[in-house]
Amino acid sequence: MFREVLLVEDSPGDVRLTREAFRDVNTSVHLHVATDGVEAMAFLRREGAYVHAPRPDFILLDLNLPKMDGREVLARIKKDDSLKTIPTVILTTSEAEADVANSYRLQANCYLNKPVRFDAFESLVKSINDFWLTKVKLPPQAQSG
Amino acid sequence: MPMEVLLIEDSLGDVRLTQEAFRDANTYIHLHVATNGVAAMAFLRREGVHSQAPRPDFIVLDLNLPKMDGREVLAHINEDYDLKTIPTIILTTSEAEADILKSYQLQANCYLNKPVRLDAFETIVKSINHFWMTMAKLPTQAISE
Repeated sequence: MFREVLLVEDSPGDVRLTREAFRDVNTSVHLHVATDGVEAMAFLRREGAYVHAPRPDFILLDLNLPKMDGREVLARIKKDDSLKTIPTVILTTSEAEADVANSYRLQANCYLNKPVRFDAFESLVKSINDFWLTKVKLPPQAQSG
Repeated sequence: MPMEVLLIEDSLGDVRLTQEAFRDANTYIHLHVATNGVAAMAFLRREGVHSQAPRPDFIVLDLNLPKMDGREVLAHINEDYDLKTIPTIILTTSEAEADILKSYQLQANCYLNKPVRLDAFETIVKSINHFWMTMAKLPTQAISE
């Protein structure tokens, strides 16, 4: 069973690491990438070039993004009745308590710090795969959208 | 600093298994138990005998509970400005898609099925501990205190 994962991340290096780490542990992951908040919302709302985009089963969201930052993307997702059920996990370099508190207040499903070290980053993606894409029951796809 | 975890679970057998699995995985967890939804809400609202209860850092919630079921507890948590930031995961025998969807609509952080087999149950609790108590950043106690 395929898992459609939307990664919202502007760093090409981190996109690549994430893609490779998922590929190592789970070949059923279809990883879609949006590199800024505007693109992320267009993907989620299936607008313009994204009219045929699949609905993600899971979202990994960086906070610091160009055009529209991840904080605003999170707020918009969680205010939208059709998008708010998609588990949205923050994956960011920010360790600021204010960002952690604010993300949970906006109903982020979880908040993770992005490790700097390569091996730790890989290990984190593998833990995300093990917990969220293997053990967790994700919302059923057949919803309004 | 110990982590305060509220387990809302009516099966004493499952409570014991959970206590043991958390204890093996992590000695810094204070596990509080509520065996029905009414007691759970009293604990969370610090009412009556629970006036000195600590604010949980994390909640594990079964859906099928006496007096007030877990679905209603989740709805109350979600409606409460102060309580809704506490990461709340569902751990239940229910595999019903309707329960999964509704839980995410009510902003449960994630939904897990409770395995019947002892070894699988232990594995799930340990993975909860690993992901939520060692990797995730949880909102700090400083919110609204």
